[in-house]
Amino acid sequence: MRETAGERWGRRIVLTLLTLFVVIPLYVMVTSAAKPLQDVQNGFTWWPSRPTLQPFIDMWSTVPLARYLVNSLVVSSIAAICSVVVAIFAAFAVSRYRFRGRGVFSVTVLSTQMFPGILFLLPLFLIYVNLGNATGIELYASRTGLVITYLTFSLPFSIWMLVGYFDSIPRGLDEAAQVDGAGPLRTLFQVILPAAVPGVVAVTVYAFMTAWGEVLFASVMTDEGSRTLAVGLQGYSTQFNVYWNQIMAASLVVSIPVVVGFLALQRYFVAGLTAGAVK
Amino acid sequence: MATSTTAPDADRREPRAGSPARRPARRPRGPRRSLLPYLLLAPAIVLELAIHVVPMVVGVWMSLLELTQFHIRDWSTAPFIGLENYRATLDLNSAAGKELLHSFWVTLAYSLLSVGFAWLLGISAAVVLQRPFRGRAILRALFLTPYALPVYAAVITWSFLLQRDTGLVNHVLVDQLGLLNERPFWLIGDNSFWSLLVVSVWRNWPFAFLCLMAGLQNVPGELYEAAAIDGAGFWRRLRSVTLPMLRPVNLVLLLVLFLWTFNDFNTPFVLFGGSAPEQADLISIHIYRSSFKTWDFGSGSAMSVALLLFLLVVSAAYLLITNRRRDDHA
Repeated sequence: MRETAGERWGRRIVLTLLTLFVVIPLYVMVTSAAKPLQDVQNGFTWWPSRPTLQPFIDMWSTVPLARYLVNSLVVSSIAAICSVVVAIFAAFAVSRYRFRGRGVFSVTVLSTQMFPGILFLLPLFLIYVNLGNATGIELYASRTGLVITYLTFSLPFSIWMLVGYFDSIPRGLDEAAQVDGAGPLRTLFQVILPAAVPGVVAVTVYAFMTAWGEVLFASVMTDEGSRTLAVGLQGYSTQFNVYWNQIMAASLVVSIPVVVGFLALQRYFVAGLTAGAVK
Repeated sequence: MATSTTAPDADRREPRAGSPARRPARRPRGPRRSLLPYLLLAPAIVLELAIHVVPMVVGVWMSLLELTQFHIRDWSTAPFIGLENYRATLDLNSAAGKELLHSFWVTLAYSLLSVGFAWLLGISAAVVLQRPFRGRAILRALFLTPYALPVYAAVITWSFLLQRDTGLVNHVLVDQLGLLNERPFWLIGDNSFWSLLVVSVWRNWPFAFLCLMAGLQNVPGELYEAAAIDGAGFWRRLRSVTLPMLRPVNLVLLLVLFLWTFNDFNTPFVLFGGSAPEQADLISIHIYRSSFKTWDFGSGSAMSVALLLFLLVVSAAYLLITNRRRDDHA
């Protein structure tokens, strides 16, 4: 099928506009991170007057960025790993068994995706505070509370994507394993998981991204000690100064790991979405 | 779970049931009443219950209490006031009711426009990138980047672009192109709604692109070849092949995007802080502000419950309508 001249030009125009739309903010983020403070304060320039890496050094002392970074890393990693483990078992059950309540489970889990966060923020806040008062288990303003909360955020989508992946693995493999005497769990760990590694990795990255980018609960459920990057970056705007160059530098640094991870695995997301959504 | 307890010997029976000789292809394995699937699901169920379902039940209960700052430490002492919170916040003649209604319209306009534009950009990119050409993989990765960025990093960058005196937007519009004589404010006043919309589209369209790209992979190439032999041009192929084939993806995508945008808290919160300008006062920010600024959790919960009911009705109606249409076509 040949492409007509009109289609070719249409394609070029669409791609140019979309590229500009996407790239300009990214360009500003990168170049502003290399500007001295007076550059970002005296009106916008497309290029730094004296390119410098000083903002990348100063950003660590203007706010306790290292602590926020560690908090975010710990919370997001643990939440992602726990979420994926829980999702693997659930997805295995949904994909390989017909049991009563299967449909209800799938619908309920997916529909929690649509609930506004604000809806359970208030009750969860009160539950955590009261639980802390009553039992001494500190979930409010602690990293544990955040981990537990976040791991449920990515759970529905993770289960959904993994079910798609597991469904695409031929049942013949399970049956062959069972003939060899493998029980259900050995089948899961020795047959299905190895075949679904890309999907599991993609889902882990997704769960990590979800926790890494969460703002609402991070701003209500943390204190100075447990604060994550989502809230911590606001510290660069002080009463006297807004350190835009350091904000951009810090934004760049906290974005790079998730962007790289996501882009490296994007085709597995596409595969997972295809398997999950187009049935 | 009731049925599972009636089959204590489920596990013992399992290996026999799994023997391939008697298995038809459809039923992989496992007796109907096995306990195992429930055990596998238990962690997910417990977590969903603990973080989503129980808090929601508590939230409904909270909406019936006079839950102000005096009762937050120990909310069992909060007086039960029935539907008073609903009456106070949803009464459209009261000041609070008018504010909420205003928020509702702002949120509805914001969601519909944002989803519309995100879908439009997503389908354009997906269609244009369907055909292989040099640099396609790079563009695809680039277009997905806004979705991969943490929301606060992306929105903070936009708030920098939109600063009145030091931002790129005014620099281009006023200094470079000379389109405007004065430097407008983008983050307060009427412009704030449009700023919020642009940022939201920038963040959301890659997700639409990702889903539509996944959907396009399922369209068999022969369909396009057949259409081309029939002499169908670009628009005709789009209308008769691409869009109908994307229908299942679109149904899910549009609903999910709408719900996400309607519930959106992060974008306005990072762009404007805890109190958004009136013109961009989305519902979730409205509830947040009335709950945490005045510590009136009772009316905050009442508004949340009303919001949930609205979203449930919208989703149910959407699913009903789209399913009916699908039956008509079949």
